[in-house]
Amino acid sequence: MSDDTRVGIVLVSHSATVAESVAELAKGLAGSGSTVAVAPAGGSESGGLGTSAELISAAAASVDRGAGVAVLTDLGSAVLTVKALLAEGDELPEDTRLVDAPFVEGAVAAVVTASTGADLAAVEAAAAEAYTYRKV
Amino acid sequence: MLDADFFRRWMTAAAASVDREADRLTALDSPIGDADHGSNMQRGFRAVRDALDKEPPATPGAVLTQAGRLLISTVGGASGPLYGTLLRRAGKTLGDAAEVDRRQLAEALRAGTDAVMRLGGAAPGDKTMIDALVPAVDALGDSFAAARDAAEEGAVATTPLQARKGRASYLGERSIGHQDPGATSSALLFAALLDASDTEAGHE
Repeated sequence: MSDDTRVGIVLVSHSATVAESVAELAKGLAGSGSTVAVAPAGGSESGGLGTSAELISAAAASVDRGAGVAVLTDLGSAVLTVKALLAEGDELPEDTRLVDAPFVEGAVAAVVTASTGADLAAVEAAAAEAYTYRKV
Repeated sequence: MLDADFFRRWMTAAAASVDREADRLTALDSPIGDADHGSNMQRGFRAVRDALDKEPPATPGAVLTQAGRLLISTVGGASGPLYGTLLRRAGKTLGDAAEVDRRQLAEALRAGTDAVMRLGGAAPGDKTMIDALVPAVDALGDSFAAARDAAEEGAVATTPLQARKGRASYLGERSIGHQDPGATSSALLFAALLDASDTEAGHE
């Protein structure tokens, strides 16, 4: 499968540093051959803590290769903003989904799965499955 | 009847009210939130006011839909998508009508409030903006003044509640004794609606 048809991943956090670092971590764990488009959308437009609808829309557009976009979020306004943008209809690429998953583990699962050429439903399922991994 | 200009004046009055009360909203948000509600709402409603001044939409529905969209994109906190959804859904419910009456507005805001409850998962009694919105929308069938009073009473009544949604819910019992900032800003929205209707005197 060509890179053009891979699912894109957007990581939304209240913190730009967290979003960027988790993107880096997930890409790193997916392996050096991974060409999945992963875009962080962290913090407010002014660089502070918060959620920016503009950054989320831009990130989603930047990773859209036509195979869908999986959006993972941390909490609160990040979740609500993505849901509100999805309800809007035209703010995010077609086939954009908010994936219900833990942020770090879900991001790793999503990027690794997307790098195999899996479709959006499979990427979503892999990310959501990260909830079932118990640490104790 | 209420036309597009009435709705624009409502949003302008809301922006002025949020400007006046921004410090108070942030102060309320300090003990139980992240101390940004005033500045977030100020940024959002200023953007709404400026956009509506620059290019006033032609219908009441379009004013609210555009205001909602702007709040989602400019506020930067949870109140953006929540207030944005409230106004956008209300605007869509009003449709393309050039004028609407108070009861139609009440129905539209009820649809908006229901959408906010679905989005955030909050119910009455959870110490959120819903505790001001629900009684206000109920009272709007009677009058603008009744809606303003009901919203303010609803906001004050959040003080003894324990938060069950949002960041304040992490504080558990320590959230008790503080008035909810979101319910407080919701009351400002209905006070602004009364202001807009006062300048409309004679039309009601």
